[in-house]
Amino acid sequence: MIRAENLVKTFGDFTAVKGISFDVQQGEIFAFLGPNGAGKTTTIKMLTTLLKPTSGTIELDGLNPMHQQKEARRRFGIVFQDPSLDNEQTAYENMELHGILYHVPRKVRTERIEALLKIFELWDRRDDYVKQFSGGMKRRLEIARGFLHTPKILFLDEPTLGLDPQSRNQLWTHVKRLNETEKTTVFLTTHYMDEADRVAHRIAIIDHGKIIAQGSSAELKASTNTDSLEGAFLALTGESLRDESATSADAMRVMAKMWGGRR
Amino acid sequence: MSAIYILWLRELKRYVRSRVQILASLGQPVLYLLALGFGLGPVFQRAGNGSYLQFISPGIVGMSVLFTSVFSGIAILWDRQFGFLKETLVAPVSRMQIMLGRALGGATVAMIQGAIVFAVCLISGFRPQHWAAILPALGFMAMVAIVFSALGTALGSIIQDMQGFQLIMNFMVLPIFFLSGALYPLSHLPTALTVITSIDPLSYGIDGLRGALIGAWHFSFALDLTVLAIIAAAFLALGAYLFSKIQL
Repeated sequence: MIRAENLVKTFGDFTAVKGISFDVQQGEIFAFLGPNGAGKTTTIKMLTTLLKPTSGTIELDGLNPMHQQKEARRRFGIVFQDPSLDNEQTAYENMELHGILYHVPRKVRTERIEALLKIFELWDRRDDYVKQFSGGMKRRLEIARGFLHTPKILFLDEPTLGLDPQSRNQLWTHVKRLNETEKTTVFLTTHYMDEADRVAHRIAIIDHGKIIAQGSSAELKASTNTDSLEGAFLALTGESLRDESATSADAMRVMAKMWGGRR
Repeated sequence: MSAIYILWLRELKRYVRSRVQILASLGQPVLYLLALGFGLGPVFQRAGNGSYLQFISPGIVGMSVLFTSVFSGIAILWDRQFGFLKETLVAPVSRMQIMLGRALGGATVAMIQGAIVFAVCLISGFRPQHWAAILPALGFMAMVAIVFSALGTALGSIIQDMQGFQLIMNFMVLPIFFLSGALYPLSHLPTALTVITSIDPLSYGIDGLRGALIGAWHFSFALDLTVLAIIAAAFLALGAYLFSKIQL
């Protein structure tokens, strides 16, 4: 469903993405994990036609998003990492605008907007301007909007940043349901390893613009000899961090060193 | 088509909802109209050119259309910063439609603003040669609005920050206004100024407005119309091209 081959993106003399390749099957939930600045968002921007790759090829549902932009855009939905709402319009108007841009027929649109605003507990505030919303409410609206049309591929770029546990739970339940009932392919990034562990079928770990490991959560844990995804992640992405948290004994040693140094 | 409509509607809603801004943006044209219109009136009269208020009113209407339309085009900059631009850029709608919706919305808003300023002119004592003249004047207002909201969209597609906005304001919008014949007649100017004023698109818009409203043409109805139509098409094409090239 999503295929990337030798994808490279350079900004001036900085190379954000250094020749990554991956292949996401239809109906798969694929998590793209990596520390800040690893190249996750740049990759998502390239996959969603917002950025032109410097080199390499992308295929979305068999389409080249560079040349068949509109067709490709029809196939995916995206929840961005940073806000993309219109603050000067109401919650309902934001949903309506999205529905029209994505050609959701009027009747379906009205029904789905109501259902989604109710799921994310924004129905009572539907006529308030988005600029009056708290950060968490904006996030929820953004997610509700992402589900308004039913795309074949759903990109979620750190969707749970700043959400309370209730909304996070709601979001992942919804994502899983979509994935199971409509076979939606999901491509997500997150910093919460427990979320990736819970929902993702397959995980790729990216660091400094390169994919350094790919596989299921179990495979990643096995290959790094760790018992949690977080452990595996740290083992793969950082020397110093690995020392700190790979085992509790290591962590205590670090603590001891710290205290020792002070004395 | 519905995408163009919903984005056009968005521009309109934003305008209607910002009442304070509507009021604020009336300040400058009213100041020009009253301070210059009445202040320079006696000098203008003595030079044998008739009433300055009559002369300057179409210019002030043109000015407010210019500013409003360029600014609403440049508002892409805010949408870029607040993130809404992304939402429209990944939608399965051609960028051409998105750009058109925005530009037409901006032009409509500029028309409304121009109409309000025109009403202020009437209150201040301006009188068109006959009331039917308002119709062709509205036509010229619409063309000016489209030309400059397309230009604003083109500029908004390439500038990234407030500094860029300042640059455009000082080196483009203000010169376009001051070199357009909005404030002074275009005849008997030094050669350099004649050349510059004749390549300023707003000159033809102001001339059209003034010709329609008080019957004083510098160019001619046909020339104004042709030039504005060609420039509108060119700027719309440029705006659509630059907008389609936006990367985030």
